[in-house]
Amino acid sequence: MGYMEIIIGGIFVNNILLAQFLGNCPFLGTSKKMETAVGMAMAVVFVLVLAGVITWLIYAVFLVPYNLVYMRTIAFILVIAALVQFVEMFLKKSIPALYAGLGIFLPLITTNCAVLGACILNIDKELSFMKTLVQSIAYAVGFGLALILFAGVRERIILARVPKPLQDTSIGLVTAGILSLTFYAFKGMI
Amino acid sequence: MAKTLTQEFTKGLWEEIAPFRLVLGLCPVLGVTTTMENGIGMGLATTFVLVCSNFLIASLRNIIPSKVRIACFIIIIATFVVVTELLMQAYAYPLFLKLGVFIPLIVVNCIVLGRAEAFASKNNIILSIADGLGIGIGFTLSLATLGAIREILGTGKFFGAAVFGPSYEPFTFMVQAPGAFVCLGLMLCIMNLVGSK
Repeated sequence: MGYMEIIIGGIFVNNILLAQFLGNCPFLGTSKKMETAVGMAMAVVFVLVLAGVITWLIYAVFLVPYNLVYMRTIAFILVIAALVQFVEMFLKKSIPALYAGLGIFLPLITTNCAVLGACILNIDKELSFMKTLVQSIAYAVGFGLALILFAGVRERIILARVPKPLQDTSIGLVTAGILSLTFYAFKGMI
Repeated sequence: MAKTLTQEFTKGLWEEIAPFRLVLGLCPVLGVTTTMENGIGMGLATTFVLVCSNFLIASLRNIIPSKVRIACFIIIIATFVVVTELLMQAYAYPLFLKLGVFIPLIVVNCIVLGRAEAFASKNNIILSIADGLGIGIGFTLSLATLGAIREILGTGKFFGAAVFGPSYEPFTFMVQAPGAFVCLGLMLCIMNLVGSK
């Protein structure tokens, strides 16, 4: 599998939100306003790439040599929780502007299944270190792209007259389906 | 304790049926429901984790310090998820392969952590088990219903048996990714219609 294929596959064809259905809670929860969507997208890009690389290292350096592969779910969630905490402290001290921008979304990422899911998928596909890095970046960009596009569409829906039972989440899901269809169309590329 | 045992159990089945009323834990709801069988398998695995973690958290609720409670909950939940993973590898391997990444992802399912925080950490063991069972079965029912609709419309089959006869052209959109979103959105709309009367 070449790098180009990983990038296009990760961003469009296997988009983590719309094709693999990971991280849908923040997808629906934070997409009502463009501002929160951008914050969430940035936080995910940041943490997903770091977590992808670090869990790969933990897996290769600790879990495989000591025969602890079955413990990976616990190990990964602890690594991600610790990483999020660490990133939060680091940003608070050194880049307060970015920290203020990410706000509440940073701690929420611990329970974002896109992060843990992407880490596990990378391990399951047995990618090399460099490919894991590229794949994580592609997934993260795909997440951000889908979330920001969706937030743009949802901001317009507020102005439309939606039938009462369809309002809010219901129309949101149908919209996500149509958005998913457009991403699905990239399937022919790889 | 104003509510009785049966009330705690039945609220998960309709009043607070998790994927629809609270819109939580959507990833497995959308991801595994291409067939009814997958939906039921995923639902039962989640129910098992939910009941076990609710039981353990309720029994430890006076010992866990409140400042680090979320971390403790996650470790307890992760332990039971690993138990589920190993059990499924041993006894239901084909299903485990089909559900794939969604089994380890029960750790970050908002429903499980949500029940731990909102219910099990404040109530006694018996009530917490009833709550876990109710919410879990409600979750399983929603997954099974969505799975059945997508399987019947998308492949024209139900557990391998043809439903509509030979002239039916399968509506493959339903079993593909976009169909999951649209189908769930329309089901939510129907729930709202029924619920508002």
